Amino acid sequence: MATAFTPTRAGSPLGRPTDRIDGPRKVGGHADYAAEHFPPGVVHAVLVQSTVGNGRVARVDHASVESMPGVLAVISHRNAPKIATPKVFPMGAAASSFVPFQDDRVRYNGQHVALVVADTLEHATAAGRALAVEYAPEPAVSGIADPKAEPKPAADFGGQAPDAEWGDPDAALADAPVRLDLRYTTPREYNAPIEPHATVAQWGEDGSLTVWEPSQWVEGARQVFSEWFGLPLEKIRVISPFIGGGFGCKACPQPHAAAAVLAAKMVGRPVKLAVTRPQMFTSHGGRAATRQTLSIGADRDGKLQAIVQESVNETSLDDAFVEPGGSVTALMYGVPNLRTTHKLVRCNVVTPGWMRAPGEAVSSFALECAMDELAHELGLDPIELRLRNWTDTDPHGGKPWSTRRLREAYEAGVRAIGWERRSTTPRSVREGRKLVGIGMAAGTYPVMRTPSEALVRVTADGEVQVESGGTDIGTGLYTICAQTAAEVLGVDAADVRVRLGDTELARAPLAGGSQLSGDLLPVIHGAAERVRDELLQIAARELQANDLAVEGGRVIVPGDPSRAVGFADLVRRSGKNAIEVLHDNLPPDANSEEDRRLTFNGVSKLDFDPSPNYAMHSWQASFVEVHVDEDFGTVRVKRIVSAVDCGRLYNPKTAESQIQGGVIMGLGMALLEAAEVDPTSARITNNNLAEYMLPVHADVPDIEVISVGEPDYEANPLGGKCVGELGITGIAAAIANAVFNATGKRVRDLPITLEKLI
Amino acid sequence: MNNFEYSRPETAEAAIAAVAGDAKARFLAGGTTLIDLMKCDVEAPTHLVDVSRLPGLDAIEVGPGGIRIGAAAKMTDVAEHPAVARDYPGMREALLLGASTQLRNMASIGGNLMQRTRCSYFRDPSYAQCNKRKPGSGCAAIDGVNRGHAILGTSELCIATYPGDFAVSLMALDATVHVQNGRATAFPIDDFFLPYGPSPHIEHPIGRDELIVAVEVPASAAARRSHYLKVRDRESYEFAACSAAVGLELEPDGRTVRDVRVALGGVASKPWRARQVEAALRGKTFDEPTIRRACELAVEGAKDWGHNGFKITLAPRVAARALMQVGGLE
Repeated sequence: MATAFTPTRAGSPLGRPTDRIDGPRKVGGHADYAAEHFPPGVVHAVLVQSTVGNGRVARVDHASVESMPGVLAVISHRNAPKIATPKVFPMGAAASSFVPFQDDRVRYNGQHVALVVADTLEHATAAGRALAVEYAPEPAVSGIADPKAEPKPAADFGGQAPDAEWGDPDAALADAPVRLDLRYTTPREYNAPIEPHATVAQWGEDGSLTVWEPSQWVEGARQVFSEWFGLPLEKIRVISPFIGGGFGCKACPQPHAAAAVLAAKMVGRPVKLAVTRPQMFTSHGGRAATRQTLSIGADRDGKLQAIVQESVNETSLDDAFVEPGGSVTALMYGVPNLRTTHKLVRCNVVTPGWMRAPGEAVSSFALECAMDELAHELGLDPIELRLRNWTDTDPHGGKPWSTRRLREAYEAGVRAIGWERRSTTPRSVREGRKLVGIGMAAGTYPVMRTPSEALVRVTADGEVQVESGGTDIGTGLYTICAQTAAEVLGVDAADVRVRLGDTELARAPLAGGSQLSGDLLPVIHGAAERVRDELLQIAARELQANDLAVEGGRVIVPGDPSRAVGFADLVRRSGKNAIEVLHDNLPPDANSEEDRRLTFNGVSKLDFDPSPNYAMHSWQASFVEVHVDEDFGTVRVKRIVSAVDCGRLYNPKTAESQIQGGVIMGLGMALLEAAEVDPTSARITNNNLAEYMLPVHADVPDIEVISVGEPDYEANPLGGKCVGELGITGIAAAIANAVFNATGKRVRDLPITLEKLI
Repeated sequence: MNNFEYSRPETAEAAIAAVAGDAKARFLAGGTTLIDLMKCDVEAPTHLVDVSRLPGLDAIEVGPGGIRIGAAAKMTDVAEHPAVARDYPGMREALLLGASTQLRNMASIGGNLMQRTRCSYFRDPSYAQCNKRKPGSGCAAIDGVNRGHAILGTSELCIATYPGDFAVSLMALDATVHVQNGRATAFPIDDFFLPYGPSPHIEHPIGRDELIVAVEVPASAAARRSHYLKVRDRESYEFAACSAAVGLELEPDGRTVRDVRVALGGVASKPWRARQVEAALRGKTFDEPTIRRACELAVEGAKDWGHNGFKITLAPRVAARALMQVGGLE
């Protein structure tokens, strides 16, 4: 493992704001997304989804469409071969245990019940529309608020809940001079990536399987395909160089991917299955709807005495998905008595999934609104209240923070937003007929860690290459991989060729949990150092010098410009085709092939608390100004300041984009996004991008991102913490708090739509 | 979506004949509603007769008495027309606040009038109940998600909202819709949208084979001082929670109302003219209390269907603010 990294040169590539190296390919239409692959002979599959919310498929009339033009196969539970149930997170790499076409049970409205395969997409679509399916419906539980729904402890369903308890919270709450009992709800939300899911599956004559699939984790996908179809891992290749947004829903292959692979087997041709936008709302889960009750006790000075929180979320009939609503509550403040519990409600809904900051997004909404409510109750400044409850250690585990520059974030945010302009009296500032409010909230996301492999190569042409199976989900991974190799090997980042997202490449963990850059870059750094050392050794012989450096693709003798040798020459002198190093940072006592399989094809080595000595988290303080029309209740966000401590930023430009993206997603969560569910049929009525409201450009104000972080070498040898998911945490609370400051109305049920304010 | 035949006759007469002669044929202009509904399997015509490029059908003619807008004119072109900006600013705002730039570049004026409701239960054939889609089948929205639905002009048979913006501005300005089917016919705009009676699937007084050829808007002082206010949660690309098209003419004293027009969108089964509000304001002093009091009349008889009761509060405020904005009171 590399030791603490210190930049050796001014203007070193790592840490410099750098344009995306993959940008021109994407803008020019040359980045190949999964659905853009057309293997020879490819045919098209179209999903048919249930139109009732619960019950059984009484009849699927295959014959009704089998003779339609171009139809090659109709697949349903009537004729589908067995697909095995995969191991589901956290025991395995699958998002859900549901596998299509294995029985006649309808678990939720929009469940895959049949697949039609035809020679063209048009023929498959026409036949899918014509396919006669009859149901024996039963009453459905439409969601968390359904009167038939009954919350039960997560453990009753086999769910693993991050419950926490310390002190005597009930007694402390009873004794607290000030007590608030609050209830917050968040609706079902969707990842809604601009690239819908698509799978292209091709079987080889040797029984091998190739899948083009937008995947945040090709090795995990490979594992799930292996479990579904009983294939050895080495027979499966998953390819995912580019993803048009995932936000968690592409972490694992979703059930439609099994259907595509199955269809390819049945028709003996490569099959392309593109999920339509309406089908996206039930082909995978989004963020579970939650209901959090939070009792908070404090003394009159604002010192927290107790927090008791119960978080309830909806889950499916098949799986026990826990949305960790208590995650931030048990972390943020020095509260001596605390209990957080998690309950689940079984509903007729697709298994909920991960969506940017699962847990932290909803947890920070409830906790940070509650802190604002407490500050108002006590007549305290919300930041002062937070500082009075500052803790230098993780109140849960007791470990000190590795770094926590949250005070600096508060200070930066206060300055940038002009906090002194905030009136302490709600509904007291106006601009014309707009009520003006300012609010703030804190957010946090943990540093997770999984070991990784990476390969760095210098070719006979002198080109520097980096290879990893890790995927760039739009975060800018391509670019920071290039910057890291460039840093060590003394070349321009733009000249480094990076290949990502393929199981043929060096293995990498999940691009999720905001962990991948932290996992991967130190390994690329280490690989590049070993390559550099090899080049220097050869050069030392060539140049008869010991004091050498790398610069511009050459090894040079500092101070003597006449003596230098290019990388290409050095590779030739080595007698090899290339100088390449496959490096990893698996523990020396756990790097067997079986250890690697456990590390890369499952999540058993994903460490949520990777340091024995420190609690490691990124932090955010967000500050928001809103204008609320006094007649209409319409909220317009005028400004957002996000002050973040992510440790060192490897590429400030893409890191800023990541934070802005998270902030915009938080804006949608606060004001717009909610699945609307028909109470009778449990069908989603706004399953399109016209009516599932995501923020448009006109909704997004200036977002000022301020980095207050410093390198955190406990968190990572290169000094970074985590970025991607941090941006959304706390934003919904900051907006809700600003809306309260503007209007005097406390909205505890997201989204804050206009009818809640008039 | 089903297979269909496509044709593009050279003349309006030929297009009308083509649709008249085929029971499953439909006119196609910009396609922004029809193709969308075909993708939803709500519409399944087997023959689309393209009228978008009929000669002269996109003409915009300006005269002293008013403006005549050809039915094939694109929303964008009408909104950008200098005479529209000068003499019918509310119409321009209504056009520009609708849909998105891409849609406005495609959508025609005639097709805009004919756009169908966004009721989810209408747009999704998996619901057995929809009196608009399957007459006599019932209404799933009444017991369903109906936040976006109408509070005015509804019945137990249908509570769907007319979703458009442009027609609301036409309603305020007393436009006329010109239709051709062998003979030319003209409908006052209020008559072109039928109230929901026993047949909510019949929305217009014209047959499938009658072609809208133009919309005529009379010039007026109220049109020159017109305005469209659209209220919604999202800043752009969302149908109105409530909108108001207003026009105003004051007496020479600058504070007495001579003529006033108020029409509402997003709250009713059709573009909704609020004549009671107009009557209550005509001849009165144009001030905020008077306006707000008068605008309360806009929601007389409104009905809350479960999730949309907020519109009863919202609609008078939107009408009042639109008037105050156009009248310089804010």
